[in-house]
Amino acid sequence: MENRFRVLSTRPPRLDAAAKVTGQAVYTDDIKLPGMLYGALVQSPVGHARINKIDVTKAGALPGVEAVVTADDAPDVWFGVSPARYDEKMFVRDKVLYFGDEIAAVAAVDRETALKAAELVEIDYEELPVILDARKALEQGAVQIHEKYPGNVSAEVSQEFGDVEAAKAAAQVVKNGVMENEMTEGAFLEPQAVVANYDLHGNLTLYSSTQSVHYVQRIVAMVLGLSIGKVRVVKPYVGGGFGPKAGTSTLELAACFLSMKTGKPVKMTFSREQVFLHSRGRHKFVHQMEIGTDKEGRLLYLDHHALLDGGAYSSFGIATVYYAGSLLGGPYKLPNMRYHGIRAVTNKPASGAQRGHGGVVARALFERLMDELAEELDMDPMELRLKNMMEAGDVTCNDFNMSSLGMKECIEAVRDGSNWKEKRGNLSKGKGIGMSCGFFVSGAGYPIYRSDTFHSTAQIKLQEDGGTVLLETASAEIGQGSDTALAMIAAEALGIPLDAVRVLSGDTDYGVDLGAYSSRQTLMSGHAVKEAAESVRAQVLDVVGNILGIPADDLTIEDGLILHREGRDLDIAGLRTKYTKEHRGWSDNPKDGPLTFREASRLAFLEKGTIVGTGKYKPPPLGGKYKGATVGTSPAYGCSAQVVEVSVDMETGRVSVDRMTDAHDCGRAINKTSVEGQMQGSLSMGLGEALLEAVKFDEKGRVLNANLADYKIPTSMDMPCVNTVVVETNEPNGPFGAKEVGEGAIMPTIPAILNALYDAIGVRFEKVPVTAEEVLRAIKGEKTLVPKLVE
Amino acid sequence: MKKLLELTVNRVQRQIAVEPTETLLDVLREDLGLTGTKHGCGEGDCGACTVLLDGQPVNSCLVLALQANGREVTTIEGVAADHDRLHPVQQSFVDLGAIQCGFCTPGMVISAVSLLQSNPKPTEEEVRQALSGNLCRCTGYQKIVEAVLDAAEKMGTGKTGNTADKRRA
Repeated sequence: MENRFRVLSTRPPRLDAAAKVTGQAVYTDDIKLPGMLYGALVQSPVGHARINKIDVTKAGALPGVEAVVTADDAPDVWFGVSPARYDEKMFVRDKVLYFGDEIAAVAAVDRETALKAAELVEIDYEELPVILDARKALEQGAVQIHEKYPGNVSAEVSQEFGDVEAAKAAAQVVKNGVMENEMTEGAFLEPQAVVANYDLHGNLTLYSSTQSVHYVQRIVAMVLGLSIGKVRVVKPYVGGGFGPKAGTSTLELAACFLSMKTGKPVKMTFSREQVFLHSRGRHKFVHQMEIGTDKEGRLLYLDHHALLDGGAYSSFGIATVYYAGSLLGGPYKLPNMRYHGIRAVTNKPASGAQRGHGGVVARALFERLMDELAEELDMDPMELRLKNMMEAGDVTCNDFNMSSLGMKECIEAVRDGSNWKEKRGNLSKGKGIGMSCGFFVSGAGYPIYRSDTFHSTAQIKLQEDGGTVLLETASAEIGQGSDTALAMIAAEALGIPLDAVRVLSGDTDYGVDLGAYSSRQTLMSGHAVKEAAESVRAQVLDVVGNILGIPADDLTIEDGLILHREGRDLDIAGLRTKYTKEHRGWSDNPKDGPLTFREASRLAFLEKGTIVGTGKYKPPPLGGKYKGATVGTSPAYGCSAQVVEVSVDMETGRVSVDRMTDAHDCGRAINKTSVEGQMQGSLSMGLGEALLEAVKFDEKGRVLNANLADYKIPTSMDMPCVNTVVVETNEPNGPFGAKEVGEGAIMPTIPAILNALYDAIGVRFEKVPVTAEEVLRAIKGEKTLVPKLVE
Repeated sequence: MKKLLELTVNRVQRQIAVEPTETLLDVLREDLGLTGTKHGCGEGDCGACTVLLDGQPVNSCLVLALQANGREVTTIEGVAADHDRLHPVQQSFVDLGAIQCGFCTPGMVISAVSLLQSNPKPTEEEVRQALSGNLCRCTGYQKIVEAVLDAAEKMGTGKTGNTADKRRA
């Protein structure tokens, strides 16, 4: 175990901070190419309808329009996220499945003309019954929405670990409950944008605000019938993703197709309304659970049903429905678990992956039930959790190996950081304190398409002069700070200062990286970068050792200096003279002190030419042979605990969150400032989902609040001061001991708020968001009851 | 029918022919290439397009370009006094990790600069109020609030001691 870091566990500013704070950072919509056209989509104005006729004559005749394309022109190829659920096409042909479904696209000389042309596309619809409720979609005789899904079942999961019936017979204390959320939005600040440029050599370059250049490259090549090597996908700066930008969209495909048609670059950008129509955010879930314990409160089983409203297409939904069950396997010792989950098709925008993928609402109910258990057993909720907590090295009943788990430290940190013991039970009416725990994967153990591919590759090229290294990775900096974290890992592994590392990322030309989803990049891209850095380091030391006539193993690189491991002086006079001779006229040649990495870089180049180190990573074989074991198994798991304090205005029902105390075990913290930023951002999103956020529809399936005024995300006034505690463990499967922080911290937020609300007003809510209206009704004894899924 | 717009942007006089329907945001981004000002919603909800118009923060997506005729606009590109140095607010954003995806950052910085001009010693509550029209989905606002308080302090006029946790490794 490394115990002395030069770069890691510090707080350098992000590499992109200066570019972003001055407005110089280039996002996709900021790009302008010579001769660029603007594209616009034609989207369905109805929730469900047969298309009788599409007439593009008027649109095509509008001056300035260069192309109008429909399903008749586009390749007839299914695509999606998971190959088992490829269920989308670039444009629909016969039927629109939701308000916003893409029917055609136009390209014109400017945006106004493109939008006007899109309006001129004439479509004759024959409207069909619109189903907006997952329960109704599954009813006998419901109209089939998607041709691939009879009964409107997009996916169904049945799993049992252990023997739940036997455990039920032995249980002494039992708790039941239901929980329902509303569909939510990623609500990233940057609407999706793309610029596609197809050139006369048959090379296609796509700039896209994506979370994964790799997956987009594959889908674009597959749909358009291009060789993967001819498709380059580049991710400029991205203004937040949180999951919904991880899949490939018609926006991307249509821009590429229009560019191929016109031979010109084509830009397309979503309006904020289109962001809502495309969605791919959090599903609407209904969960029903029963948990039972022995008389001391030791968990014996979980019996769990879930119903997901998937919308019209699958997106990441096949993974979502598995995660919704599997992520309850920990962090408590739970020997028996049964899960039945169904994802239904409805006439809504597709839901997909969003921060805390699949697990957030399930966690909310489970942790609410833990609170109810603690109350019945007359135990402190923290004690009950500690009593059941797994320890590092434990394996869940569904085969997740908790190779490191700082859960106990997290609970103790939030207990002490919040004055839990003084406050609990001693707050005045209307004020409450609650807590919860959670955990999340450090990267999906398997790619989204079945493959033996490496999940991350990286190369580090030594610049032959100047001692700077270029780190090339296709990983996706989307705001979470991966460029900085990966540069820090490279610097640490090489033994050089952070500012000697330049990062080139987010481009398929730099290799394979599955991208920014499932909280994978620090661990997986980090491993690849570390290996590449170690290779460069070894190559440089090899050259220096050869010249000095000492074994390379006796040398080390620290803070950019080549040193003897045991502190002996090295005779470098000859090397220095050689370097200086090559740099006549330079005023900053090293004069005194140990050999610098800069000098060594030059010597290595003179000896061997360009020095390149490569690295790669794929997870080792992971546990689980059962169906669905690919969703949730991960090389490592991050975990967290939270305490939330709320005040309820008994007159208006308004809930304010007064204080949040959050502790997260991220393994080794690469950059503590970034770690805290991920924690605080997760809490903010969780607070929004608990109290504010809901996508609303009219009866025809149109989103009623497709804007950021009526769809409310937390503002600076809604968020309290957060006490953020970074708990560090040494994850054996992570680079330098690091693991996730991007999503795990959202897991406890909703239940901690719900448990605090119970403490404040004595109501167990079954539905989120808990709006002021809902609180008022609850105070009057009229809270919304969510019907059970099964009796 | 285009009309001539004359305005001062970041201390430089500009003349641009614009359509009457064009917004100030369109002119800044499309005509002047000042893409630091971001288009997040087009409806004045998110604050990503915040600029200073005659010293007052406005959502430039809600201002018609011609309304800015004869007036002075400051964007993120012009907020620092010298091009080789950052404004103290920008510096604090960098130093304290107030930036993640960066899409809200230009608007946040403009709103914070404007706040500190009118109220050099804001409380945490006043900072939160001043930034409440600028949405951020990444940071939970905490480090942004810390950065603005830090900048106030560094600018020599603010008070110390925000409630937030500023431990250092």
